[in-house]
Amino acid sequence: MDGAMHTDAKSRAETGTESGPRGPGCSLRHFACEQNLLSRPDGSASFIQGVAEKSREQLIRNTCEAVVLGALHPRTSITVVLQVISDAGSLLACCLNAACMALVDAGVPMRALFCGVTCALDSDGTLVLDPTAKQEKEARAVLTFALDSVERKLLMSTTKGLYSDAELQQCLAAAQAASQHVFRFYRESLQRRYSKS
Amino acid sequence: MLAPAMAEVAAESLAGGRARAARTVLNQVVLPGEELLLPEQEDAEGPGGGGERPLRLNAGVRSRVRVVCGPGLRRCGDRLLVTKCGRLRHKEPGSGSGGGVYWVDSQQKRYVPVKGDHVIGIVTAKSGDIFKVDVGGSEPASLSYLAFEGATKRNRPNVQVGDLIYGQFVVANKDMEPEMVCIDSCGRANGMGVIGHDGLLFKVTLGLIRKLLAPDCEIIQEVGKLYPLEIVFGMNGRIWVKAKTIQQTLILANILEACEHMTTDQRKQIFSRLAES
Repeated sequence: MDGAMHTDAKSRAETGTESGPRGPGCSLRHFACEQNLLSRPDGSASFIQGVAEKSREQLIRNTCEAVVLGALHPRTSITVVLQVISDAGSLLACCLNAACMALVDAGVPMRALFCGVTCALDSDGTLVLDPTAKQEKEARAVLTFALDSVERKLLMSTTKGLYSDAELQQCLAAAQAASQHVFRFYRESLQRRYSKS
Repeated sequence: MLAPAMAEVAAESLAGGRARAARTVLNQVVLPGEELLLPEQEDAEGPGGGGERPLRLNAGVRSRVRVVCGPGLRRCGDRLLVTKCGRLRHKEPGSGSGGGVYWVDSQQKRYVPVKGDHVIGIVTAKSGDIFKVDVGGSEPASLSYLAFEGATKRNRPNVQVGDLIYGQFVVANKDMEPEMVCIDSCGRANGMGVIGHDGLLFKVTLGLIRKLLAPDCEIIQEVGKLYPLEIVFGMNGRIWVKAKTIQQTLILANILEACEHMTTDQRKQIFSRLAES
C-alpha cells in the first residue's frame, strides 16, 4: 500500500503559550491541561466544555506528563494554553506539536521531545497521513499517535473507527517515519532561533 | 512497498538516537532528550614504565573525569541527558582536577530562584513581620523587615506594597519557599534595598541579562556614554532604568530590549545616531 503525506497547503495554525503557576493561598490543582474554549475559530463562543474537548485535553495532559521532569518543580502547576486559530483537520496532532514547542520555549525541563501524527484509513485501505477535515470525515478509521524523539516510542494513541491488526502496525510504522520530518522541523526552527544571538 | 523506505528511515532514526561525545557538540544547539558522553580520563601512567602498571580490579572500565553538570543537564547513568534546548557550553577547570563545567545556554523568560542571585522584586503583601515579594518564580519570596541595613524592632524600614526591592536569595531550592534579604553577610546594604520611586521597570529574557552582566560587556559602556543614568539588573529578567527625562528613560529601555536581536554593527549605528541628536 502506498502512503501519501500532506505536509503543506494546510491552513492550520495554533499558538501555544505557557502561563505561570499560582502562588500560595489558593488550592493547587493537579497537573492538568485545560482547554477552555471561550472562542472558536469559526467565531462562535461557548462557556461549556464538551466531552470531546475534555477528552482531547486529557490525552495532551498524559503525553506532557510522561515527558516533563515534574520532580524538579514540586508543588508547582504548569499550565499550557492552546488557542485554536483555524482547524483544517488533524487537530489533536497539531495541539500536541504546539504543546511540545511551548514547553521547550518556556524552558520546562523535559526528558525528550514529542510530536503528534494523524493517520486516516479510507474505505479501500489507503493510508493518508495528516488528513484534512474532509478526509477525516470520509475515512473508515482515524488514528492519532504521539511519538517521542529518543527512540520513536509510542507515548499516546487514540483511534476511532474500524481497522485490522496489520493496518494498525502499518499506520504506526508510517507515523514513526513521518515523525522524523516533524522533529527535523523542530530542530531547524530552534537552530534558527539560536542563530540570531 | 513501504519496506525499503522504512529500512532507510529506521537506520537514520537510530543514528539520530545514538549518544555523542560532549566535546563534539560544544557551542551547538542541543535538544531535550539527547545524550552526551563524558570525556574519558587520560591514562596518566602510560605503557613502557617498566611494566609497573597497577592491575585494575575492573579491567576494561576506564575511569571518567569528574565533571560538573550545570543548568539544562542531568546525569543519567554515566552520561549526561539534555533537558533544555540551547547551546552547549563548557568551561575549563581553573585549577586542580576535574573536567570543568558543562551547561546549556538557553533563552527563556521564566525565572527559577537560585541561591545567591540578586533579583528585583515587587512587594505584594505585608503580613506581620515579613513582606511577600513577587520575583517572577512559582512562589512569592519572603523578606523579613529586619533584613535591611540598620533595621531594628523599633526602627522599621519604610517599605510599602508596590515598592521595588533589590535583594539576594539566602534560601532558594525546589522544596522550600524562597527567602531573600537586602543585606550581605557583613550586615551592609551594598546597593541592595528599596529602589527609588521614579524610573521604569521592564522585563527581558534571562539570557540577555547574563550577556549584559558579563565582565566586558560593550553595551553597558556605550549606554553609559550616551546619557547619565541609573540602572539595576535583576537576574530574574527585570531591569530598572532611570535617566534625567522620561524620553531618555524610554529610549534606553527600548535600546536594551532590542539589543537581544541586533548584531554589533546595527547597535553601533543606532548609538552613533542617538549620540548625534
